[in-house]
Amino acid sequence: MDIFLQQIINGLVQGSIYALVALGYTMVYGIMGLINFAHGEVVMIGALISITVTSTLAAAGMPLGLAGLFGLVAAMLTCMALGWSLERIAYRPLRGSPRLTPLITAIGMSIVLQNLAMIFWGRNYMTFPPLLPKVNFEFAGTHFTLVQVVIVLLSAALMAGLVFLVYRTKLGMAMRATAQNPAVASLMGVNINRVIASAFVIGSALAAVAGVMVGSYYEIAHYQMGFMLGLKAFTAAVLGGIGNLAGAMAGGILLGIIEALGAGYIGDFTGGFLGSHYQDIFAFVVLIVVLMFKPSGLFGEKTGDRA
Amino acid sequence: MSDILLQANAVAKHFGGVKALRDVSLSIRRGEVYGLIGPNGAGKTTFFNCMTGLYIPDGGGFTFDGVALQADAPHRAAELGIARTFQNIRLFGNMTALENVMVGRHVRTKAGVFGAMFLNRATRDEEAAIRQRAVELLHYVDIADRADDLAKNLSYGDQRRLEIARALATEPKLLCLDEPAAGMNATETEELRVLIEGIRKDGTTVLLIEHDVKLVMGLCDRVAVLDYGALVIEDVPAVVQKDPRVIEAYLGA
Amino acid sequence: MKNWLSPKSMTGIALIAIALIVLPHVVGMGGQAWVRILNFAILYVFLALGLNIVVGFAGLLDLGYIAFYAVGAYTWALLASPHFGLHFPVWAILPIGALMACVFGVLLGSPTLKLRGDYLAIVTLGFGEIIRIFLNNLNSPVNITNGPQGITLIDPVKVGDFSFAGTSQIFGMTMTGPQKYYYLLVALALLVIIINVRLQHSRIGRAWQAIREDEIAAKAVGINTRNIKLLAFAMGASFGGIAGGIFSAMQGFVSPESFSLIESIMVLAMVVLGGMGHIPGVILGAVLLTFLPEVLRYAVTPVQMALFGKILVDPESLRMLVFGLALVLVMRFKPAGLWPSPERSRELSEKPVEVVK
Repeated sequence: MDIFLQQIINGLVQGSIYALVALGYTMVYGIMGLINFAHGEVVMIGALISITVTSTLAAAGMPLGLAGLFGLVAAMLTCMALGWSLERIAYRPLRGSPRLTPLITAIGMSIVLQNLAMIFWGRNYMTFPPLLPKVNFEFAGTHFTLVQVVIVLLSAALMAGLVFLVYRTKLGMAMRATAQNPAVASLMGVNINRVIASAFVIGSALAAVAGVMVGSYYEIAHYQMGFMLGLKAFTAAVLGGIGNLAGAMAGGILLGIIEALGAGYIGDFTGGFLGSHYQDIFAFVVLIVVLMFKPSGLFGEKTGDRA
Repeated sequence: MSDILLQANAVAKHFGGVKALRDVSLSIRRGEVYGLIGPNGAGKTTFFNCMTGLYIPDGGGFTFDGVALQADAPHRAAELGIARTFQNIRLFGNMTALENVMVGRHVRTKAGVFGAMFLNRATRDEEAAIRQRAVELLHYVDIADRADDLAKNLSYGDQRRLEIARALATEPKLLCLDEPAAGMNATETEELRVLIEGIRKDGTTVLLIEHDVKLVMGLCDRVAVLDYGALVIEDVPAVVQKDPRVIEAYLGA
Repeated sequence: MKNWLSPKSMTGIALIAIALIVLPHVVGMGGQAWVRILNFAILYVFLALGLNIVVGFAGLLDLGYIAFYAVGAYTWALLASPHFGLHFPVWAILPIGALMACVFGVLLGSPTLKLRGDYLAIVTLGFGEIIRIFLNNLNSPVNITNGPQGITLIDPVKVGDFSFAGTSQIFGMTMTGPQKYYYLLVALALLVIIINVRLQHSRIGRAWQAIREDEIAAKAVGINTRNIKLLAFAMGASFGGIAGGIFSAMQGFVSPESFSLIESIMVLAMVVLGGMGHIPGVILGAVLLTFLPEVLRYAVTPVQMALFGKILVDPESLRMLVFGLALVLVMRFKPAGLWPSPERSRELSEKPVEVVK
């Protein structure tokens, strides 16, 4: 039972990170139907920028906590600029082109970003400076750290903020209208370009935070860290029903928990035949099974065929 | 062989709280042109979609040519002999007119992957027959000169005709036309009337959903009227035209 | 219908044939490494044409295509290597490999083909990863795939006593292993091209295209869309399986590393960049995307030396950077691919630019 609770907690932490990244995928997809494959790389850039800024400032004598805060802000600003440029330079010229064209562009951008990062930061794993003091908590036989608590709380706060933005502000209304029907929304005076750019910028800011979280959780960062993370987050978004905010959040957290439980118990399930290195298949197996029974994801709307 | 080709038994369909069809029962006889009319939103297209397997009815069902129609199996409906056109034309836009009709032959032909790979005698013969029949059908609907144009580049009227040719290519016993005259001018509508007359004469039963009351009354042997998803009346045009409920449905209460 | 026998097309065919025959010898002057790259280009043509059936003809986005390649490769590796001590002949393994890949294709396709486009994409992607993870880990408790180390000493393609590996004398000419494989691959590729062309213009090919254009209308004319899609999946998978087998034999070695997601993406990029659904375009895409990174590999260092007098940037990342940029730029200026089918390019030039989607 202790292991069970422990894995739920670990899964919740990992899942919060997935959820933040998944939101970026789902916003862009919901509004323009594009799988932004480069989104995972934005997470990676966020993590690496924050390392550089934090360690530079810390080396100059700034207290580590404050330097970390600057690092986080710098990462967010850089990623927002990056997200905005991605949309402006790579995707906007392709609107109205065949469906797979922007997908290939996204893949191209992903390759470009990864290799740029490798040129700037090198091939080696970088140690992430400890931003928060190492405090351990114990509760009902489970252990968790301050970092984990902060990750979960901060993610929850950011998600609440996003929900407020989308459902209570004018920009949010414009975003929802564009997702429903871009042509009509633009007739109603919605500036489509601005809405799409905002989705990219907001998604990228969340990705930057997620990047810093991953970095401080695992205490390392690497130019390839974004790819698998992005993939899992996208899986989470689809699991929840892509284009749906609540779906992305629930999908992310669910995926984190399933992975953690799976890794903890797979040996028992299979009588020791499969070991914990099969952890990565859980995401995909669950996805396939869910989609077989709910073809639009857990929270996706059923889109009926219209004749 | 029964005189009835298609029998609808208490077909019901609702979307959320909206009852689009309320226990509609009607029967279409062999060889007739049967009209289905009603104001906008009366449930005509929903009825069509249930019949051709695109929607699963919530109650009731269809018997076609003595066989119960399987819900949610559009290709089965076509196999059994129900062909349809769509209210908002659905052609294979980036295929030529000829190819569109050739696709219509799919259900009556059988060449598979291995036939295509080895291109044996039977496959070549079948392919030639498909092509020939498709050309004939393009002549039949009078657009043979557009055979090699992409479907999406055809004029509106020609697209309607092409859709009919594609439907006829499946050798239907029942041809269902969903508002074929929509958006047509008087000349085009008259040409369409002649075409449908011809199709009936050649032995195919026709179900016609139409707004153009004049066209329906002039063409149909029997007419059914739907209003708010329920059947108001099913009878010959002369009777239907005089029925006060029909007049009310059309003019509003 | 094309007139194959007109003098003009006969000359064209003869020229192409001569070019294909002398190519490995010309390329071989730059070293056998280039012949190997040439062979990979043909192997990718093979793969891209297989994926083109699924993506280009039937319009189903498959991001895990490389899984079928992996299944074919491992089938060969397990049936013809000291790993299990089995040494099946080529005429037995190739069909088994194709069949295995086909079975996996149906296995994946049957529950998932009702999914909408992008959902299908992520499911196929997941499937590809699952296969790779299994290949990576099935070395314990029972050693089936030998895990990350992969399988070595795989038998080359052998017909009777003639082996495609190693140098030998043919008609008084010295031929290296890669050169011999080249001719085998060209012959297979020609076969695959012919099959593709025939499929495209067949009853099944039209059904695929119809589904791609409008699935509901396709159903309404009586196409069993589920089965026809499954057929596309199975066909594409079988091609992948055969290509995988040849890969295995040619390399003499397989490991899970060769079947990562980036490979699936690469093959998809070949199809889209070349011109989806258009066979000559897909071939062009495959050849270009195989050669571009290799040419860059050789060009990047000397160019840096000439410009700056020293190596400023890691050549490996620089060449991938250029590669990524090339993808982005081609899509920007040729959204339908470098060599799209005539209809598709017409479609693009006619359509007014929509605001979104």
